[in-house]
Amino acid sequence: MIPLSYYMILSAIVFVTGVVGVLIRRNIIMILLSIELMLNATNINFVAFSYYLDNIAGQVFVFFALTVAAAEVAVGLAIIIALHRGKATVNVAELNLMKW
Amino acid sequence: MKYALIPLLPFAAFIVIGLFGHWIRERAHWIAVPAVAGSFLLSLFTFAEIANGPPIHVTLYSWITSGAFDVSIGFYIDRLTAVMLLLVTIVSGLVHVYTIGYMHGEPGYARFFAYVALFTFSMLMLVMADNFLQLYVFWEAVGLCSYLLIGHWYDRKSACDAATKAFVVNRVGDFGFGLGVMLIFVTFGSLQYDQVFARAILVDSQTINLLKPLGGEWLIGTLTVICLLLFAGAVGKSAQVPLHVWLPDAMEGPTPISALIHAATMVTAGVFLVARLAPLYNLAPAAMDVVAVTGGLTAIFAATIALTQNDIKRVVAYSTVSQLGYMMMACGLGAYTAGIYHLLTHGAFKALLFLCCGSIIIALHHEQDMRRMGGLKDKLPITYWTMVVGSLALSGFPFTAGFFSKDEILVEAWSSGPLGQVLSVVGLLTAFLTAFYSFRLLFVAFHGESRVDPRYREHVNEPSPTMTVPLVILAVLSIVTGYLEIPLFLVPTPPAPGGVAGFSPPLGGDVGTWTMLVASLMGIAGIVAAYIIYVRSPMLPQRLAEKWKQAYALSFNKWYVDELYDRTIVKPTVDLANGLWRKVDVAVIDALVNGVGSATMLWGRTMRLIQSGEVQHYALAMALGAVVILGVYLLF
Repeated sequence: MIPLSYYMILSAIVFVTGVVGVLIRRNIIMILLSIELMLNATNINFVAFSYYLDNIAGQVFVFFALTVAAAEVAVGLAIIIALHRGKATVNVAELNLMKW
Repeated sequence: MKYALIPLLPFAAFIVIGLFGHWIRERAHWIAVPAVAGSFLLSLFTFAEIANGPPIHVTLYSWITSGAFDVSIGFYIDRLTAVMLLLVTIVSGLVHVYTIGYMHGEPGYARFFAYVALFTFSMLMLVMADNFLQLYVFWEAVGLCSYLLIGHWYDRKSACDAATKAFVVNRVGDFGFGLGVMLIFVTFGSLQYDQVFARAILVDSQTINLLKPLGGEWLIGTLTVICLLLFAGAVGKSAQVPLHVWLPDAMEGPTPISALIHAATMVTAGVFLVARLAPLYNLAPAAMDVVAVTGGLTAIFAATIALTQNDIKRVVAYSTVSQLGYMMMACGLGAYTAGIYHLLTHGAFKALLFLCCGSIIIALHHEQDMRRMGGLKDKLPITYWTMVVGSLALSGFPFTAGFFSKDEILVEAWSSGPLGQVLSVVGLLTAFLTAFYSFRLLFVAFHGESRVDPRYREHVNEPSPTMTVPLVILAVLSIVTGYLEIPLFLVPTPPAPGGVAGFSPPLGGDVGTWTMLVASLMGIAGIVAAYIIYVRSPMLPQRLAEKWKQAYALSFNKWYVDELYDRTIVKPTVDLANGLWRKVDVAVIDALVNGVGSATMLWGRTMRLIQSGEVQHYALAMALGAVVILGVYLLF
């Protein structure tokens, strides 16, 4: 049986990948995908603990998280399309109107 | 409530004209005159009722109730109030009518009528008050109206200054008045006239230690202190020495106002106050002496100034101050009825004199300097003859109203003891001066050669009937009021026990005849002297002025009282205020407030740089924050 720590390490790697992606990528779509990575890292955690603690609640939670993530991606992409129509760019460095 | 309607009619006129003056404009008198006429008729009915019955005391409603402090709005109408009601409504009504002609075509026509109506309301409430707080409130209200009306032509700096001066000088006296009212409440536990007067005898022996805060001891009768404090208010309002300085300057206001407020009614409020509070003053002989001496001093002091003034309104103003001193002197000597009697006759003939001056001023296109008049006798016959009547009454010429009332004062003064005798000599001297300066005014303005500005000389003619009719009515009153036996009327028969009046019947008797003789001789001598100096030998005044240069300068410059106040009080106060403004207000308080503002702005300007608007900067800050929190959590 695979030890719990393996799942934890996998989840940590995926999460940090997501964080780094959010921080360094300039393409707004890539940033959105990186956010999804972070969400899925937590999902891995949920499922792993659910299995090891013999508690189904964690897996139920993951279903909810997946549903919400799908909805969130839909809204996020819609915003990106609206932004793209206005500014004709997907580079976040150019989307810096929200300041003083 | 017909009594309430007496003051409320003018008040309604004030509200209507005040609110809708913009549309009413030149029609304002159609509202104000009927209102005052209505309150005159009601006053007449009330007068008849009082003359045949007991005093009326009605409480309209409870105004303030807080523990032991209970004040209501009410009316106390006795014979004193009744005659005051008639005086106020008659003079106010005539002045209203006169104003129609005088203020014709002025931009502030409606505003003027609104304020005059407000004044009439306040003055009526003042004389009808049944408690000290109501008295005080309307005492201030008439002061406010006086301020507003002196400053009627507010685009003139001199008018604004005069209004401010009147207000500030009155404030000095009213401060004492306010303290007096408080002391009355502390001493008697009530502000109602009847209760205070009923208990006055009980606190007769009470004293106050004036030096208590300093640890010393100086005991003075409580009643004396109360009377002196209230008298301070009267000194301000009735323009007695040393607070007389505002009244001559108040002549900056339109002439009808000078006649109504600054001759017949408001300035006599001080005399009315002393007479109304006779039961208190009777128990405070020291305060009475102060009142009498102040009055006598004012009478002669103002008369000496009036001798040399050239502005016709100022001459009449100083004569008002002088006559107010006369009344005050009478009240101080216990001759309240004589004082009030003179107040009434003076109200008639002084209003007349002022309105005559107004008529001259209008005829000469706002010329007030008597050196540029002369020879007006044939051009303004009605004004001339009514002014002759007014001046005769003022001089105490036999068989005019002023003769009877002045005589009454002198007789009562002479028979009231040594102080009274000294003061009646002062009064006689004043009578001579009064006759002299009022006929100087008459002779210089109406006789001799015309010195009128050539541009207007041909067009000098009598003003409209709305102005001349009040003159004639007042001239008749200036004679008739002398035959009304007012002093006897004022003393209630039989005297009510613990009643409010507190007047004693006039003395009269054998001193009367020769005092009458001397007084009228003094008046006639003054008139003759003025005739000799100003009509017979027109060069004499100048030679006299050169001969007694210093005396002339002293009188011409009003004894330098204004200059003295300017140096000792006004200038230091203004300097202090300027200093506080520049050093404290601007340099400390403003700097502090502005400093807080600019520090906040500086901080904000620095901190806003953090807000780059780039999502990734925020995300990085968030991630680093999470790492730090996590690190702290793990390490400690």
